[in-house]
Amino acid sequence: MAVRKVSAAHIASLAPREDFPILAQTIRGVPLVFLDSAASSQKPHEVIDAMSRYYETSHANVHRGAYFLSEQASASYENARITIAKFIHARSAKEIIYTRNTTEGLNLIAQTWGLQNIHSGDVILLTEMEHHSNIVPWQMLAQRSGAKLVYTPVTDEGRLDIEAYYRLVCEHAPKLISFSLMSNVLGVIPPAKEMIAAAHSAGAVVLCDGAQFTAHYPTDVRDLDCDFLAFSGHKMLGPTGIGVLYGKRALLEEMPPFLGGGDMIHEVHLQSFSTAELPWKFEAGTPAIAEVIGLEAAILYLQRLQMTRVAEHDHAITKYALNRLSELPWAHVIGPASAEDRGAAISFTIDGLHPHDAATLLDRDGIAVRAGHHCAQPLMERFNIPATARASGYVYTTSNEIDALIESLKKAHAVF
Amino acid sequence: MAIDDLYREYILEHYRSPHNKGDLLQPDKYAAYSNPLCGDRIQMGVQFQDGKVADVRFNGNGCAISQAAASILTDMMLGKTPEELRQISRDDILEMIGPDIGPARQKCALLSLDVLRKGILGEPEAEDEELD
Ligand SMILES: Cc1ncc(COP(=O)(O)O)c(C=O)c1O
Repeated sequence: MAVRKVSAAHIASLAPREDFPILAQTIRGVPLVFLDSAASSQKPHEVIDAMSRYYETSHANVHRGAYFLSEQASASYENARITIAKFIHARSAKEIIYTRNTTEGLNLIAQTWGLQNIHSGDVILLTEMEHHSNIVPWQMLAQRSGAKLVYTPVTDEGRLDIEAYYRLVCEHAPKLISFSLMSNVLGVIPPAKEMIAAAHSAGAVVLCDGAQFTAHYPTDVRDLDCDFLAFSGHKMLGPTGIGVLYGKRALLEEMPPFLGGGDMIHEVHLQSFSTAELPWKFEAGTPAIAEVIGLEAAILYLQRLQMTRVAEHDHAITKYALNRLSELPWAHVIGPASAEDRGAAISFTIDGLHPHDAATLLDRDGIAVRAGHHCAQPLMERFNIPATARASGYVYTTSNEIDALIESLKKAHAVF
Repeated sequence: MAIDDLYREYILEHYRSPHNKGDLLQPDKYAAYSNPLCGDRIQMGVQFQDGKVADVRFNGNGCAISQAAASILTDMMLGKTPEELRQISRDDILEMIGPDIGPARQKCALLSLDVLRKGILGEPEAEDEELD
């Protein structure tokens, strides 16, 4: 075997690996290398235990229960909201609405604020790098309202064309601007704060998709000044089935409710109802209580790791992976080749090897990567490719795992 | 686990040099399907003569499994009557592709059979839902 010079200092896992029970297993006799955290992260013991403990000791439906268990469950459910509010620097826990995931948060805005405020001829400005969940709800709204969708293009390098963005903001004076704080395909992190300031001076309301971003970077909604932010618990060490929609209080107050039912009402009569206060106005039906508790445990875990250190670790892994991929002349990164303003989602194609085949061959070595269009078909069309393979690391990822990816890719390439 | 369990030389051969790849100028039947999971797309044109498949061509972009399966399936189709085409089963294709194919990749292997059954032969959607 050829001697390879060690390219950079070894990067250890930021989180203790043993905190993540799933990572201890072997797949087909080889240790699992999990590089699909952009799709969903793995969960530490603390999250899993918090949820089991809740079911074992304090499960009862929240709100309206005048007995010990229900009061406990309600308190945990509402305390988690405060933890989440602090995590993203919201002004108040009233600005934190529980959803199922990012997708539901984006749809909620489209179907409440959107239906109320978007009219025929209005422009909604999106970007070419959005996830389907930040495209389709707006297409559905456009069909109903007659609004027009305009997209900020992505450059050949794979970054948002910021010049074009500013031009489109001036030209169209969009009613709503919605964009991802970090692309799940390109890894790109657009200059959100500047983009939001420009949007506001043109009179637009700004919604941010934080599905990827909030998992990896400190998030401060007051500093960003976004009007809405949607994110998912499952990408940030938390359970599936729980997401968060942040909204500025003044906007949330004016919005009509989303789903109707229990918990979201103040009073109901045969012919009319009045809505509950924020945030419950947007939370109809029995919520995902255990998942809320799991998400709080995940956030406390991330806060102990410190989000600035999470960001540094993920940046180091990204830089290392981009470097190592650049050693393979037949592998092509889709997205910026430099780790600057770029997060830990790395998409690539391989000459002569379809991403699906690559993923299957990597799986033979216990390496989990995703292959496909990553719910971003317009972006695939933009780059004229059917699909990519994507490796995405997180707090438990090590440079050894990236080395394993590279070695396995070499093997796979040799087969074809 | 050995890599070549799935990517045997036989499959790679069909992928590298697919049979019946291209387009028919005037097909009697034409259909195209894509796999929404991965965006793979297969289109197929068929020409019949005396009630039998005289020529068949497929085209499209995709992984080795979907392309090899299309190559193998179109070979099988030549000379068959519509009745005989209907007899080609999922298992026939999966057997040819190899036993070691996971559920995720089965969709790739069966994409071209979908084109044949639903598109060319016009079988109803429900056929695909059988629990076998
Ligand atoms: C950028 C981006 N937006 C939105 C989503 C949708 O998230 P969820 O499926 O949790 O609703 C994802 C998840 O893949 C994403 O990466």
